Amino acid sequence: MRLSHNDHSECVQSAQPWRRILRTVLVGTSASVLLCGLAACGDNTPSPSLTQSSAQAQGSYTEKLSGEFAAAGASSQKSAVDALIVGYSALQPNIAMSYDPSGSGAGVNTFLTGAVAWAGSDASLSDEQIQSSQAVCLGSTAFEIPVYVSPIAVAYNLSDYGLNDSSVHMSPSTIAKIFTGKITSWDDPQLKKENPDIADKLPSLEITPVWRSDKSGTTKTFQTYLHHTAPNDWTSEPSETWPNSLGQGAKGTPAVTMTIGQAQGTLGYADFAQVSGLGTVAVGVGSDYVAPSPEATAKLIDESAASSDSLGADGRFVIDVNYATQESGVYPIALVSYDIACPVYKDARTATYTKQWLTYALSDAGQKISQDNAGSAPIPQSLREKMLPVIDSITAASSGTAAKN
Amino acid sequence: MKKLTADKLFRWTATAAGILILGVLAAVFVFLLIQASPVFFGDRAAAEKTISSFTGGRTTSFLAFVGPLIFGTVLASGLALALAFFVAVGIALFISHYAPKRLSSLLSYVVDLLAAIPSVVYGLWGALVLVPNMYPVWQVVNAVFGWIPLFAGPVSNPPRTVATVAVVLAVMILPIITSMARDIFVQTPLLQQEAALALGATKWEMIKLAVLPFGANGLVSASMLGLGRALGETMAVLMILSPGSTYGIHLLTASQNQTIAANIAAQFPEADSLGVSTLIASGLVLFVITFIVNYIARRITKGGGKLTFRKKEKK
Repeated sequence: MRLSHNDHSECVQSAQPWRRILRTVLVGTSASVLLCGLAACGDNTPSPSLTQSSAQAQGSYTEKLSGEFAAAGASSQKSAVDALIVGYSALQPNIAMSYDPSGSGAGVNTFLTGAVAWAGSDASLSDEQIQSSQAVCLGSTAFEIPVYVSPIAVAYNLSDYGLNDSSVHMSPSTIAKIFTGKITSWDDPQLKKENPDIADKLPSLEITPVWRSDKSGTTKTFQTYLHHTAPNDWTSEPSETWPNSLGQGAKGTPAVTMTIGQAQGTLGYADFAQVSGLGTVAVGVGSDYVAPSPEATAKLIDESAASSDSLGADGRFVIDVNYATQESGVYPIALVSYDIACPVYKDARTATYTKQWLTYALSDAGQKISQDNAGSAPIPQSLREKMLPVIDSITAASSGTAAKN
Repeated sequence: MKKLTADKLFRWTATAAGILILGVLAAVFVFLLIQASPVFFGDRAAAEKTISSFTGGRTTSFLAFVGPLIFGTVLASGLALALAFFVAVGIALFISHYAPKRLSSLLSYVVDLLAAIPSVVYGLWGALVLVPNMYPVWQVVNAVFGWIPLFAGPVSNPPRTVATVAVVLAVMILPIITSMARDIFVQTPLLQQEAALALGATKWEMIKLAVLPFGANGLVSASMLGLGRALGETMAVLMILSPGSTYGIHLLTASQNQTIAANIAAQFPEADSLGVSTLIASGLVLFVITFIVNYIARRITKGGGKLTFRKKEKK
């Protein structure tokens, strides 16, 4: 703070109350700004792996940029994007970029007004949105590429019964029945049947389902999974809002995992990266039960991408996630979050920035950063190679504006 | 002459301040009204779709959306006031009339300190400490008072329920009510108190005859200030309560009620423009509720004033 000692004593001597008040307010404000700044720094502390991996990728960012760039969208991507920003800023030290986790819908709307360079979204664009993107993309239409895949775990707490380490087996139908109140106790015959090894350890305890009380792509993904795999037991249409009020709701993933941890017999869905300490359900796939892991989820994306017919048409890489997969060793519940961008931008700076950012997010280094900091599953190499040409062809309409520093 | 100028200056400054607060209030009201208007006067179908998405398809009408929220808000803050009021009056009387001088100034200091704690801290305390530890307490309450519908089961675990929220809100508003009540009790005319004692009243009778009637109006004001904080409280409710949208009165069961303020905070981040309008419309409702509560309080205060006056006359 710039207040010198002289300043201060003069102020006291002059004994003008309003001046003292003003000064107090000013000092208070700058102190709080300072505190905020510190807190933000704390959030962005890079993990050791960041510095290593960014060194590898150094070569491809020869075109130096400066200025401020903004993006907005899905809150699911926030921790990954925050970590990526730190890595990218190391390569482009003269830029300042921000990501506003305003939610998928809000992010896409902001993108369509042209206020942000790209948007993060848990859902692919609707036909209507593709149409209206022509305004901001100068006649071309926006495209989406998957950059962030997060396994969604079904987590529970039976720590008093020593069951948090043994993944309880549940078929999709069993999960749907629990979340609709048809199975209410941990020693239900159905659960005993699916878990012969720990059948006598399952307690006669009420199951408390825990769900997200705010709108969330995680909720929609989880419901879509149940809708595909247990259509008879899960009849609600998937949406971002949880459809019933059995058990307990909590705002945001951290509150969900906290609620699960606060009592015995709770069961809820949450991003895999955030469920440490809780038990995770191994879900039924074919005749097998698969526990959540980034690797098992990467297999799902691989398989889903292979079976998505229109993948890459018009530059759009929309993955039709195959929730009902029967493949062994594939974990079937995953949130796929996209980055939405234009093939053509008004000015060269934004075009170069978007190109660099998306390339960085899909690079080996970027994917590793996401995995280390946000627990995401890596996007398969083959899929990434298909997407890179689309990103490379991002151009600017006007030529000759200062792209170089 | 100079004195007169200063006098005028001060008068106009004070008047300006008074007008400013009215202006701010009007501006808030107009802001809410303008922002909320698309829900009522805009595209009907779009508004219904937005409300449906907020409620998970349970309803499409604004009244059915906001009704349970009003109920939840009034229930939680009413309960908090009921819990806090008597304790607060007790503490205030202890400070003003019973405690030894040193203890009473220490207590006053502590109470004022409590009033300065930000609500997010109370929220954290409630969510991290109170919630995991309240379950056995609520089980006992349910076992003993379960025959009263309010305390009927099932008792949710973890108890992220209206009952737990009410306890936290009560702790939050306790210092506000206590602090005001103490200031009022201290000002009871000494002559009246001494007269009561001289007529042979015990200390409790003296308080009943002189202190409480004198402070009645102020107590209502203090309660309203506390209730106002409870009505508008966001963070603590957001962090503790498992929300639901029913008119349920089972305080020990989770996912029954939600308050307006907490609902706005929970839904705002992911809301689109019409969603924001819907939430602001619910904020407008909260604004109106606060107005009504204050109006009723004023009426009570006036009535109470007459009551005490008449009693005095009789004597």
